Amino acid sequence: MLPFLDRDLRIKPIDVFIDPPEPKGRAIITHGHGDHARRGHGAVLATPDTVAIMKTRYGEDCAGQFQELEYGTPLDVDGVRATFFPARHILAQVLMEHGGQRIVVTGDYKRGPDATAQPFELVRCDLLVTEATFGLPVFQHPDPMVEIVRLLRSVREHPERAHVIGCYALGKAQRVIALLRQAGYAEPIYLHGAMLRLCALYEERGIPLGPLVHSTDVPKEKLRGQIVVAPPGAIKDRWSRRLPDPVLAVASGWMSVKQRARQSGVELPLVISDHVDWNELRTTIRETAAHTIWVTHGREDALVYWCQQQGLEAEPLRIVAYEDDGEDGEASE
Amino acid sequence: MKSFAALLELLVLTPSRNRKIEALADYFATTPDPDRGYALAILTGALMFKNVKPAVLRDVVVREVDPYLFGLSYDYVGDLGETIALIWPHHETDGDLPTLSELIELFNTTSKGELPDLIASLLTRAAINERWALVKLATGALRIGVNARLAKTALAEMSGKPLQEIEEVWHGLTMPYAELFGWLSGETGRPDIDHAARFHPLMLSNPIDEAKDLDRLDPAVFAAEWKWDGIRVQIIGSGGRVSMFSRTGDDIAAAFPDVVENVFGDAVLDGELLVGHNFEPALFNDLQQRLNRKVAIARQVEQLPAFVRVYDMLFDGSEDIRTLPWTERRARLERWFAEHPQTRLDLSEVLPFGGWDELAELRRTGAAEHGHEGVMVKLRTSPYVPGRPKGYWYKWKRDPNVVDAILMYAQRGHGKRSSFYSDYTFGVWKGNEIVPIGKAYFGFTDEELKQLDKWVRNNTVAAFGPVREVKKELVFEVAFDSAQQSSRHKSGVALRFPRINRIRWDKPASEANTLDDMRVFLEAT
Repeated sequence: MLPFLDRDLRIKPIDVFIDPPEPKGRAIITHGHGDHARRGHGAVLATPDTVAIMKTRYGEDCAGQFQELEYGTPLDVDGVRATFFPARHILAQVLMEHGGQRIVVTGDYKRGPDATAQPFELVRCDLLVTEATFGLPVFQHPDPMVEIVRLLRSVREHPERAHVIGCYALGKAQRVIALLRQAGYAEPIYLHGAMLRLCALYEERGIPLGPLVHSTDVPKEKLRGQIVVAPPGAIKDRWSRRLPDPVLAVASGWMSVKQRARQSGVELPLVISDHVDWNELRTTIRETAAHTIWVTHGREDALVYWCQQQGLEAEPLRIVAYEDDGEDGEASE
Repeated sequence: MKSFAALLELLVLTPSRNRKIEALADYFATTPDPDRGYALAILTGALMFKNVKPAVLRDVVVREVDPYLFGLSYDYVGDLGETIALIWPHHETDGDLPTLSELIELFNTTSKGELPDLIASLLTRAAINERWALVKLATGALRIGVNARLAKTALAEMSGKPLQEIEEVWHGLTMPYAELFGWLSGETGRPDIDHAARFHPLMLSNPIDEAKDLDRLDPAVFAAEWKWDGIRVQIIGSGGRVSMFSRTGDDIAAAFPDVVENVFGDAVLDGELLVGHNFEPALFNDLQQRLNRKVAIARQVEQLPAFVRVYDMLFDGSEDIRTLPWTERRARLERWFAEHPQTRLDLSEVLPFGGWDELAELRRTGAAEHGHEGVMVKLRTSPYVPGRPKGYWYKWKRDPNVVDAILMYAQRGHGKRSSFYSDYTFGVWKGNEIVPIGKAYFGFTDEELKQLDKWVRNNTVAAFGPVREVKKELVFEVAFDSAQQSSRHKSGVALRFPRINRIRWDKPASEANTLDDMRVFLEAT
């Protein structure tokens, strides 16, 4: 049976695109990261969280109109039924059903624990459209709490230095803060200005982050021994000069590769990822029981190879608009 | 093993040199013998295993991991140790690991056939950082930004003993360095080592200050020589054995068999390593090609034969003559050369001169006509004193060449400068185009750096990762020692030791130099 989705992620019977990189008439948006949620679509269907995030980041009028759809509630549009399910990356995956065929587009997703996100819900399907940001067997993410414990130990060992953690402003920052709170860290956490609005949004939506302080007004001396959270692009830029002898940390799945951390001058790499790792990718593919796998972006060669070894149909879509490189601090890892 | 793995991780990730030294010193002070000695051997590249090779490790991994996926992973990660550490699928991290010395014993005594099982079992028992350290240690390819000198500096830091004294005995010591640590911790005396293997720290010179020194110094009590454009070496001949060390005490004999196999007679000599046929020095670039190799390759030895131009003698036979005045050492050196005909050593000539003006003229023509780096001026009565004693030896470098070049790209620096655009690429006019001729990251004050950083940020036209392209409007007066033809650069010119001499805020870019102007600086090849 031919899929009713094409390789640009267009739902053919109703001409609706999923996470399109260009402005389209109608779009389903899986989550609010910049590479998936663009401004300028005519009509957007997304979860209430994603709608709120898009409006916070791009402004109220960043799409012609918004339609909110809660998780688990199906919406029928001209014979296609669409349902969002949590994908645990502030995010949703979308199930589409048409003529007895089930297709799931994951967007980005993860399966590990996260106090700031709904748990991943497994949805069985015929065709699974998945990411493969960490689609190589070298990526086996550790328990994020182990990484937080390392961070807190480093903070204790260097009371004269500030620790600045580079993390993506949407999702990762809040998750790192929540993990710190979970580990019992009750001190104020200092924020780069770019973090303020999105942290406030999380708190408004019922995710407590504890005492947060805008770092700009804080004298250098006071930041000794403290934790500062900033976008990755800022931690080595002019902004960081206000920090006392900072330990540069970055929270990202890429940080498992030490030479990569070293080349980018990261002294304390924290392997905390918002994407599934190799093992979770394979588990998800097996559990959905999908017989066809499309890989949107990432290390698709390895994942496609593995799928084929398992007797599954698999092909890479090579959607270049989805970023996966965290080096410049703009992308979602 | 566990604490060594932690040390390696800290070293690879710590950008600060001082913090690395601190971490090493702390490790050496708190780790018992012989583990710390083995660690020192690993860090300084002195430890090799006969049977543990990268290919063996690879085979162990592809028994457990699909070879195609391993290949993709290795391509992506780019480092064998990291790839294996990350990809190894079996984890029993509560398992115990052997100590460093037990591990080395295991690697050395396990048969080739049993080695794969041993390695697999170690990888399974190790935590991720330990797996990484394990592979680094097994293959000897550390890539962690630590060299032997840094390790020796840490030993000096730990013990309070001067670095020079450590360097002096270093090459006579063997793993696991019990004698060395005994001495450093004050329990035993300084190790007594074989004369031939002993590096004697070099005597260095101070730059001459033309404004002050020339009036003050009496030319009659000084001797002058050319300043050669090679690298400083020490050659030790002792009973048919010959060693050759760089100025930092690294043993570089293996890269220059053409020299060390052709030293006849016993002595400790100080001189300049050069390449060229018939004692005619070629360009520094040519020497560089040979320096880049740990072991010589035959083609290079033939095309770029090396020789040493000798200018001082520390030991005559086995007699230490370092306390004798320079004139006497020089006489001994000349006599030694007369008694021991050489094929790869020659004497650096002493330049007769009447006064400073005459020497200044020699220095100018030497630079212009022969490309000499300048002249060395040595007090005739000076003993040979390690380090950089004041008042004995002076270097009087030729005037630098300068060129007005236009700032093209700026890149952020490292460490303390990581938030500043401090690495600058500059170029000169070629018709209506500007072509890059070099890169410099020093020569300016901290205050100027701030101004430059601001200028770069305000005049960026494009950004490529860490690099910013700027408006072609700011002129630097760039000083450099020499210019050479280069096929690597688009301009065809490469500068040696370029540094920012002055920032010409006042000068319009249209008045910067052209590529044609650069031709006068090019040295004949």
